[in-house]
Amino acid sequence: MPTKHIGQPYDRSDARDKVLGRATYTAEHLVPDLLHGHVISSKIACGRITHLNTDHALKIPGVIAVLSHKTDFKTARFDLSYKDMDSPPGSPFRPFSTPEVKFAMQPIALVVAESTELARYAARLVEVTYEVDPHNTDLMGSLSESKAGKGLRAGVESPSNRGDFRAAYNKSEVQTSSDYLHPSQHHNPMEMHASIVHYHDEKSLTIYDKTQGVKNSQHYVTMAFGLRKKNVRVLSPFVGGAFGSGLRPQYQLFLATLAALELKRSVKVQLTRPQMFSFGHRPKTHQTVSLGASRDGKINAIFHHAVGETSRFEDYIENVATWAAKLYDAENVEQQYRIVPLDTYTPLDMRAPGGASGLYALECAMDELATELKMDPLDLRLKNYSEEDPSAGKPFSSKALKECFAQGSTRFGWDSRHQRTDTPYGKHRGSGMATGIWDALQFPTRAAATLASDLKLEIRIATADIGTGTYTIMKQIAAEELGLPTESVDAKLGDTDFPFAFIQGGSATAASVGSAVRKACRKVQKQLLKEAGKMKNSPFQHADIDDVVFEDGLLKRKDDPQMQTSLKQIFADRDIDQIDKKCTWTPNLLKQRKYSMNTHSAVFVEVEVDADVGFVSVERVVVAVAAGRILNPKTARSQILGGVVWGISMALHEESYMDNSLGRFINHDFANYHIPVNADIKDIEVIFVEEDDTVVNPLGVKGLGEIGLVGVPAAVANAVFDATGKRVRELPITPDKLFAEP
Amino acid sequence: MPETSGSPLPEPIPITLKINGSSHSIEVRPWSTLLDVLRDHIHLTDTKIGCDHGQCGACTILLNGQRINSCLSLAVMHNGDEITTIGGIADCENLHPLQQAFIKHDALQCGYCTPGQICSAIGLVSEGHAKSREDIRELMSGNLCRCGAYTNIVDAIEEVMRSESSTT
Repeated sequence: MPTKHIGQPYDRSDARDKVLGRATYTAEHLVPDLLHGHVISSKIACGRITHLNTDHALKIPGVIAVLSHKTDFKTARFDLSYKDMDSPPGSPFRPFSTPEVKFAMQPIALVVAESTELARYAARLVEVTYEVDPHNTDLMGSLSESKAGKGLRAGVESPSNRGDFRAAYNKSEVQTSSDYLHPSQHHNPMEMHASIVHYHDEKSLTIYDKTQGVKNSQHYVTMAFGLRKKNVRVLSPFVGGAFGSGLRPQYQLFLATLAALELKRSVKVQLTRPQMFSFGHRPKTHQTVSLGASRDGKINAIFHHAVGETSRFEDYIENVATWAAKLYDAENVEQQYRIVPLDTYTPLDMRAPGGASGLYALECAMDELATELKMDPLDLRLKNYSEEDPSAGKPFSSKALKECFAQGSTRFGWDSRHQRTDTPYGKHRGSGMATGIWDALQFPTRAAATLASDLKLEIRIATADIGTGTYTIMKQIAAEELGLPTESVDAKLGDTDFPFAFIQGGSATAASVGSAVRKACRKVQKQLLKEAGKMKNSPFQHADIDDVVFEDGLLKRKDDPQMQTSLKQIFADRDIDQIDKKCTWTPNLLKQRKYSMNTHSAVFVEVEVDADVGFVSVERVVVAVAAGRILNPKTARSQILGGVVWGISMALHEESYMDNSLGRFINHDFANYHIPVNADIKDIEVIFVEEDDTVVNPLGVKGLGEIGLVGVPAAVANAVFDATGKRVRELPITPDKLFAEP
Repeated sequence: MPETSGSPLPEPIPITLKINGSSHSIEVRPWSTLLDVLRDHIHLTDTKIGCDHGQCGACTILLNGQRINSCLSLAVMHNGDEITTIGGIADCENLHPLQQAFIKHDALQCGYCTPGQICSAIGLVSEGHAKSREDIRELMSGNLCRCGAYTNIVDAIEEVMRSESSTT
């Protein structure tokens, strides 16, 4: 395949707009006569509203309405109408449907006013009294109440078992078993969730929504409010980060739509930063990993048991305990995953859902086994390396993990790494490593391509670019296919008027959207060739698409490149203005079913721990990634850098602290919810080990959004152990835990 | 506790702000932050809101040349002040060296924190305290980036700092 554009480190195509402040995010679209809504959040975790007095608020000039469960409004009756593309099994939360409170910070009223300040002020004048029911938000106190997480979700599989773990473990020469815990975390994209509903009439709306899938928001709004899809257009051209928070329509969309329809006015609702802690989150998860091995390091028994939280109304499930069976060739594997319903909002996929959690525990356990065996942790991974996917009994479509180990360890200097010094004071260096694995997912996707006679090409898909570089790779792929400069290509997305794409998540977008772009452009190619064949004395009369190439605005015969015509000439000769093509791309399931498709990574981390104050600094990270073909090394590298920062954050910083007496996450702002700042992040080196994968899709692309993150938390934790000799099995690794007596 | 009754709303006060070289005469209530006035009153949404509490730096602007969090300052305090937002950094279509460097080093992903990062970086360079990468990291730590573009942000700023110090 030619690579004039694909694989080139182009600058991010929307970067210019972004550095000029011209990229327009959701809350920034200009809509005339706009009202502003401010959400009032429940102060209790469980119970019901007994009294809600809006009199004082409504007396303020400029305050238009206060909507709540007391408002008489008509929306769909059945739960099914509130399901979205990412709903777990259960009954979706329906704002204002009853006075019942099911979780802390539940939206209980919306104050609508002429300005944000007025709405915010008036919200303080609304009096709410509650009848309080007892709540339970304590996962650790409720492990015995766990149940199997059932039901179907895209990309989620049941943990698999093989052999007889217990018998094999009991017979093992070396046994290790430990429990691991990580807290709930919230996505917290920098842009807070917002929706603007531009009211045209009671049947038609234009909506700007912060979402990872405009089609999902459109589906939700039309189903819940009984509107028709052709009358509800949803746009989201720029998304200020999401990391999963925009996979489901959040409640501000429902509230803004409700207010617009009730008041027959255009309404904006933007959540506050504290309210960004009032919906989905990565579930707190407790895990046990037991490993049984022979003295030489051959693992023959693996047990991975995970218990995560969910809400009372939906069963959120993710792939926590599925990875060991895929990564290692042990003959006896038992994996379990269970959930505990609590009085919280339903968890929500957050960057590398399940993988970040499960691999943290599994890869720390591997390190503990290596310590027990007095074996190099890298050698332990190599000893138990599986070329095939033993959980599925299939080969991988490609797996260059061994090469990742080799290149990553060399670059890091793993063999000559710093040795621990056993002094109780001062600064200690330590090194750790871990393996990462993620699925190479993809979903059916549609695309439209229009090539005009001036050779301007427009590509349209209703996907999202949440900072991942989707705009950029769409242009590169289209330019490659039609032999045009990338400047001639306009990529458009984030608009329900465009062809269908599934929600942007699971590292599936580059593969899915990219393949759809390629297919649509190939249809344009075929049409161009057909038209060229009809030109006078055409050398392309009987040419097949495989006999020609598109390069530099020209159509050429492969066997004789001198036989060529300019694309412009085709348009002129044939007297056509433009070529429009649409397509539906679907993964080749027949071919793929014989394979497991995954990305892999090897992560090497060096930390410095100040033993006097318990402060951990990640000095150096080398991550080697095998994720098929890299479409753009510059934006791809950035994706991995971001994943590594997330991994460091999970290991050392992030925690949504649940106060079980209040039933509420109490550190709900950026002062108290810690994410890394610039000073926390030092050297990160990214290595791509490219794979030539002809199974995943014609582009050979596997996706990068999560693989940069998954191995990092364990690698950091293992490095902290190497530096200190202290194994902290609860994230984040904070000074208090490093100082705690075992 | 909710207030039992709404006190009379404070009266709007006329002020003039000089934003990116243009004069804006407006009436604002004393409770309006500079950030809300920029975004909601004048519809200059190039300055971003990320927390409204001075915890994230997304709203960083240059006030008379100094970087500040515009969410932590009331608009009525700035009658006659010179305000530069990201929209006023470039010389028409010619990008500021930091804007160019941010593109070159891919120092952004979703782009939402970027206006604040660049304004903050301009402030940092003019303050003249940063001498090393470590200094840049420390002095840029008021600007959160959830996408994790930090190393690229430091690369971009370091390059501009070095080229400026070699030309002066």
